[in-house]
Amino acid sequence: MQIVVDLNRCQGYAQCVFLAPRVFELHGEEALRYAPAPPDDQAERVRRAAAACPVQAILVGDRAGAESGKGAAADDR
Amino acid sequence: MTGELTQGRIVIVGASLAGLRAAETLRAEGFGGELTLVGDEPHPPYDRPPLSKQVLLGRVAAADAGLPARRPVDAHWKLGVRASGVDPVTKEVLLADGGRLPYDRLLIATGTRARPWPNPEEARLDGVLTVRTMEDAAGLAERLDAGPRRVLVIGAGFTGSEIASACRERGLAVTVAERGPAPLVGALGGTLGAFAARLQRAHGVHLRCGVTVTSLLGSGGRLTGAEFSDGTRIEADVAVVALGAVRNTEWLADSGLAAGPRGLACDAGCRAFTMYGIVTDDVFVAGDVARFPHPLFEYQMLSLEHWGNAVEQAEVAAHNMVSPGPRRRPHLAVPAFWSSQFGLNIKSVGVPTFSDQVTIAQGSVEEGRLVVVYGYRGRVTAAVSVNRAKWLEHYRRLIETAAPFPPAPGAADRPEAPRVVPSDVPDPKVLSHGPTVALTGHLPDRRLAVVRPAG
Amino acid sequence: MSTETLLERINDYAHRADPYPLYAELREHGVARQNDGSFLVGTYHEVAALLHDPRISSDVRHRTDPDEVRARSDGLPPSFIAVDDPEHDRLRRLAMRPFGPPHSPGRIDALHGALVGIAGELIDGFRGRDRIDLVDDFAYPLPVTVICRLLGVPREDMPALRAWTDTVIASLDRSPGEETWERQQAGTAARTEMAEYLGELADRRRADPADDMISALVHDAGPEGPLARWELMTTLTLLMIAGHETTVNLITNGMLTLLRQPDALERLRREPELMPSAVEELLRYEPPVQMLPQRTPLTDIEVGGVTVPRGAPLYLMLASANRDPLRFEDPDRFDPARRDNEHFGFGSGVHSCFGAPLARLEAQVALAALLRRLEGPRLVADPPPYRHSPILRGPRHLLIDCTTKDDGAPGES
Repeated sequence: MQIVVDLNRCQGYAQCVFLAPRVFELHGEEALRYAPAPPDDQAERVRRAAAACPVQAILVGDRAGAESGKGAAADDR
Repeated sequence: MTGELTQGRIVIVGASLAGLRAAETLRAEGFGGELTLVGDEPHPPYDRPPLSKQVLLGRVAAADAGLPARRPVDAHWKLGVRASGVDPVTKEVLLADGGRLPYDRLLIATGTRARPWPNPEEARLDGVLTVRTMEDAAGLAERLDAGPRRVLVIGAGFTGSEIASACRERGLAVTVAERGPAPLVGALGGTLGAFAARLQRAHGVHLRCGVTVTSLLGSGGRLTGAEFSDGTRIEADVAVVALGAVRNTEWLADSGLAAGPRGLACDAGCRAFTMYGIVTDDVFVAGDVARFPHPLFEYQMLSLEHWGNAVEQAEVAAHNMVSPGPRRRPHLAVPAFWSSQFGLNIKSVGVPTFSDQVTIAQGSVEEGRLVVVYGYRGRVTAAVSVNRAKWLEHYRRLIETAAPFPPAPGAADRPEAPRVVPSDVPDPKVLSHGPTVALTGHLPDRRLAVVRPAG
Repeated sequence: MSTETLLERINDYAHRADPYPLYAELREHGVARQNDGSFLVGTYHEVAALLHDPRISSDVRHRTDPDEVRARSDGLPPSFIAVDDPEHDRLRRLAMRPFGPPHSPGRIDALHGALVGIAGELIDGFRGRDRIDLVDDFAYPLPVTVICRLLGVPREDMPALRAWTDTVIASLDRSPGEETWERQQAGTAARTEMAEYLGELADRRRADPADDMISALVHDAGPEGPLARWELMTTLTLLMIAGHETTVNLITNGMLTLLRQPDALERLRREPELMPSAVEELLRYEPPVQMLPQRTPLTDIEVGGVTVPRGAPLYLMLASANRDPLRFEDPDRFDPARRDNEHFGFGSGVHSCFGAPLARLEAQVALAALLRRLEGPRLVADPPPYRHSPILRGPRHLLIDCTTKDDGAPGES
């Protein structure tokens, strides 16, 4: 599972933090941080968070370009 | 006509955010032909904003910063392959590995790269880094894990400031060197620049403005410190060069397209210009590499290094690549970006550098929660919120409708008449970071109607 | 043609079961001035603009009508729902510290198991009956048990709180031809009594803390200090009333909607993973808070080509905006998988619902449990009898004929 949040849309309602607190967090009062590749056991919470986002800023999907045959930079270390 | 446009061969050069979203939009809008994405990095598209934030804190592995797919793109991916040129006559993209990719329509989305430290010998010192790619961020995170005694950040634009914030959050000593008068001043002007300077110092950043780093010092091939233009020196184990970005246009030098250091010029429909200023109809541009005229900003050519612009411009470019003339759309989105640093959420709409005056419309500097509104010749052209994001869409509407500046008083949390001061956006030449919004020259009015989108 | 104004007709109890045709009429008219000088806005984009406009006050003391100002100036000062930034922001931020991020990000998520348990026990109580009242047997006790547990209010005090809440809600009502002034006086008195009760409870927690939100609020050691005692009283009263009132309607409206739409109900049984988006659709389609009646412009503002003068009562009709065809495709259709659903079920902007994440989770858990365990549910009366309020709208009772099966698969849904 891969997620990205359009932080131009995000207004800091933090519904995602309430609903999936191990994936989304607030840095200070309003700035959102998140884990872009959350573990599978958080998938249900992430979907709840995405549905609840009042500005529909959370995109959840499979990792783009997986069919390119290139690994996801696992080779970079 | 439409039938032809949804068939044929499309090549997208640049396999990052803009290239990906363009490919998805092409398929979503019915393109059934052959689609090829070329990217010089060996990875599928990934998301860069986390690289200067969560990744540097060690909370997210750089390799995890991928992008979710909106839909399958059914494309040939040529990753780790650099494009070296375009032959507009034979309609082929030339690849560095000697290959040639024929196209019917081409999208150029090659973005930017980090501006390197100008002295190549110093740049090679162990401990001197830039942050643009996944590998860069992984490398810097590793350096920060090792607990350097001091990190030097050269350039206090958004990237430099975010890196400094991550260092302080990790408890590392950090010096920020900025040639201009304040951090973020190039993008946000004097009022928020002064705010950012106080913010950084309050968080323990050793901030040095109005100086340049004249040399990076090394011993045995390793960085040991830096010398400033005022003759002072500091010791540092890591130096992050955050001097802005260079647009990836060199490969287009012989293409006959209007490509240069400021980007590749295109019209509002994302169609590239030739070097003669004639618009093409088979070469399109999107993302950080594009320069495009925007009616809200007097048709000046904007070059935006913004995540949102990459997405929106890619969608418009892709739409126009598969749509006949009358159904084509202009790229008119109001520019927007965000940054989080030192526990604050900074968001911008419009073009803050396109301004002569600013006013604090809501909140206050003292509170650390505020909205700054920018005006140019009596109309609202931008607004920046600090921990006040829920109000920002009000100001986007003011920008879209060219509302008068200063905005009328009456905000519940700022009832008195706003005090207007000069916006103090410096000449980009005095900055050590490149501004993230560049207004570069002027295109003669192409007699497009001034747009006032509904809503 | 009726001589009543739209606002009067919306307030008229006769339209409570289906106000949506009136909202369509409102959208048709654009921004509508009423005979009493108030303005109704019911189109999505205009409501969106006003919810994000810093010149729109939530404090009715800014109204020009002196009666209105006086009526709201009795008793306790207003809670954060009825004041503006920066005061609103400070009070809300302090109330948030024990409830959600950034200081307590896991509080609501950690309630999930307890919610499933409470819902399951309430449904266990249906066994052996072939008719239930969804409101009294389930939709009311569920959120009230949760809010009492969360805040730390003793269960035995719940009946008193319910009575106070009912009186306060009745006082918000502006329906014509009734004793408005008396109702408002009674509401002020009930709110004051409730606040005093909660203030005394907070005093006990100050001396003898427990693991609940009231204890956390009185012992808050944050940089801005704890809330002052009167601020605590008004804040707790607000949370208690809101925690009582709106989720009851969300759950009841939800079940009513699903029983009217057997296809959607069957689809949710087959695809329970759709429940989060189905709840969002319910918030759009049948929002528990139909309108925000307390807004006032601080300066003359232009909306949809109409100038609303400073101090005029401004009604933001959320339920109407949620059905605006200029924003939502096929808006009168209930689509549990609807995409791009930026509804105003919880409002928007700085005053957006404080308890939204809790209400969402409660509704998801409640509806999932009901769908799983009620066999052959059937409405006894359609439309059901409604409660009086046009603002906080929902059935007073919802009788359902059904049988109840044991829970085979509780837990995460």
